[in-house]
Amino acid sequence: MSTTVERVSHRAAEAIPGPTGARRLGYRRRERVYQWLFLLPAAAYLVLFFGYPVVKNVLMSFQDYSTSTFYTGEAPWVGFANYASVLSSSLFSTSLINTALFTAGSIAGQFVLGLGLAVFFKQRFPLNGILRSLLLLPWLLPLIVSSAVWRWILDKDSGALNNFLESLGLISTGIPWLTSTSLALAAVVGVNIWIGIPFNVTVLYGGLQDIPDELYEAAALDGATGWRAFRHVTWPMLRPVVSVVLVLGVVYTLKVLDIILGLTNGGPANSTQTIATQSYALSFQDFKFGEGAAMGNVLVLISLVFAVLYLRVNRRAVDE
Amino acid sequence: MLFPVYWMINASLQPNGATLQTSWLPLSPDFSGYATAIREQGRNLATSLVVALGSVLFSLAIAAPAAYALAYFKVRGAGVVLFAILISQMIPGIVVANALYTAYNDLGLLNSIPGLILADSSHGIPFAILIMRAFMNNMPASVIEAAKVDGAGHLRAFWSIVLPLSRNALITAGLFTFLFTWSDFLFALTLTTTDAVRPVTLGIFQYMGAYVNDWSSVMATAVLASIPAIILLIAAQKYVAAGTTGGAVK
Repeated sequence: MSTTVERVSHRAAEAIPGPTGARRLGYRRRERVYQWLFLLPAAAYLVLFFGYPVVKNVLMSFQDYSTSTFYTGEAPWVGFANYASVLSSSLFSTSLINTALFTAGSIAGQFVLGLGLAVFFKQRFPLNGILRSLLLLPWLLPLIVSSAVWRWILDKDSGALNNFLESLGLISTGIPWLTSTSLALAAVVGVNIWIGIPFNVTVLYGGLQDIPDELYEAAALDGATGWRAFRHVTWPMLRPVVSVVLVLGVVYTLKVLDIILGLTNGGPANSTQTIATQSYALSFQDFKFGEGAAMGNVLVLISLVFAVLYLRVNRRAVDE
Repeated sequence: MLFPVYWMINASLQPNGATLQTSWLPLSPDFSGYATAIREQGRNLATSLVVALGSVLFSLAIAAPAAYALAYFKVRGAGVVLFAILISQMIPGIVVANALYTAYNDLGLLNSIPGLILADSSHGIPFAILIMRAFMNNMPASVIEAAKVDGAGHLRAFWSIVLPLSRNALITAGLFTFLFTWSDFLFALTLTTTDAVRPVTLGIFQYMGAYVNDWSSVMATAVLASIPAIILLIAAQKYVAAGTTGGAVK
């Protein structure tokens, strides 16, 4: 596309009556100025609201940046002290394990259920379109709304889930879904799966639509239907989309904060504390901005690994 | 899948204080939860609306020219900008908030509507650039060419040809930017410290923070805060479909 435009501007340059070399040069320079005028505001925004925070966080992580900094303006350099105290705290391993469990559990659940629903919706049946768009609702609701609703559903004494289980006679006393250290993380993962299913369904459904019907017809002639067709046609054809969904899912899940803060606030007894919530707590509850920044940078490093993976996968998906 | 949404609406219509047993159907709907919600959260809802609309205008004004430049010109460094956009979507919000808090504190932007609009646009701008660029890539170059032959400059061509033709992409990007900003919680939580400027997401969070004994008003606020998403789903079906698939993979 851009090469076409280049050609267009050449032609436009030639259309100017009697173009001399100097005038054409001036024209092209003016073109460049215009191009940058269009791009500059966005570039400036990206630098100020993404570039600056990343650099600032690296700097802050080496400083003793606390509430007094806001009065005195002084933030002494402390080298790796913030990293040392953050990484050596017993909370770090808890947060790291919780982050891994939260991410792996959420992704696995969202993906399997999302793929199942996407395959289901590939069949033609009445109300297919309407049901598919209704399914998007959990994804479009503000996350804090979803956590409020789920907190109410999962409430120990008056929540709908326990009421339902009690009315079936399955339990006699309410289960403390969100207030027991052994269940809270699983409950939070469950809610996050619910939130992530629509995204997985939509993207995987789009990928399924792109698989030509002829492939299934040919497979059927060879005797491959049902599960075998899925294994030998659907899955290999869907692989590029699958990789993108999984890697994007991981990157988005790593930084989830709203749901956990809304449901459990990291508790009980830090059983749902992740690196992201821990970074928030350090900065905005303990006002140790330096340590919060150090924790945030750990998260950036982990995300970066998956970001590189994403870019490689994405490039391959585009090339194919 | 939709039970929680149903439960939210059902619970919002129950009489106040009915915490112990909530019936499965709102047989005698009671709107006092909504009355409380509007009385206590009305101001926050208005704040959210102003911030979200401001962010839509700001994001489109920044993103549309950039998308055009990336789609049409062979700018040196366009690849770098695209790469930066992809990477920017992976930076955790808490990292951005951490740095912005200190900068906002120096600049006096804490607890201000412009401050929130600027920060919240970080959800919308990368998405809007990607989705509008994907759309403009498919726009025939001959249209621009024709305008140029007629003597229109870049600004004219952009304003009176490219923008009207990209209407659908602009609407999609605008709707999602609105929703992203409306739903924002992290910046509301970190960049506001008083109740002078308080989006409704933070209002709900604070409702939940204390011991909740009035779930019907919390749920009523939740329903009110969900209205943009519900309207979007009903009124703008095809834009939603375009947004979910377009922004995710490309």
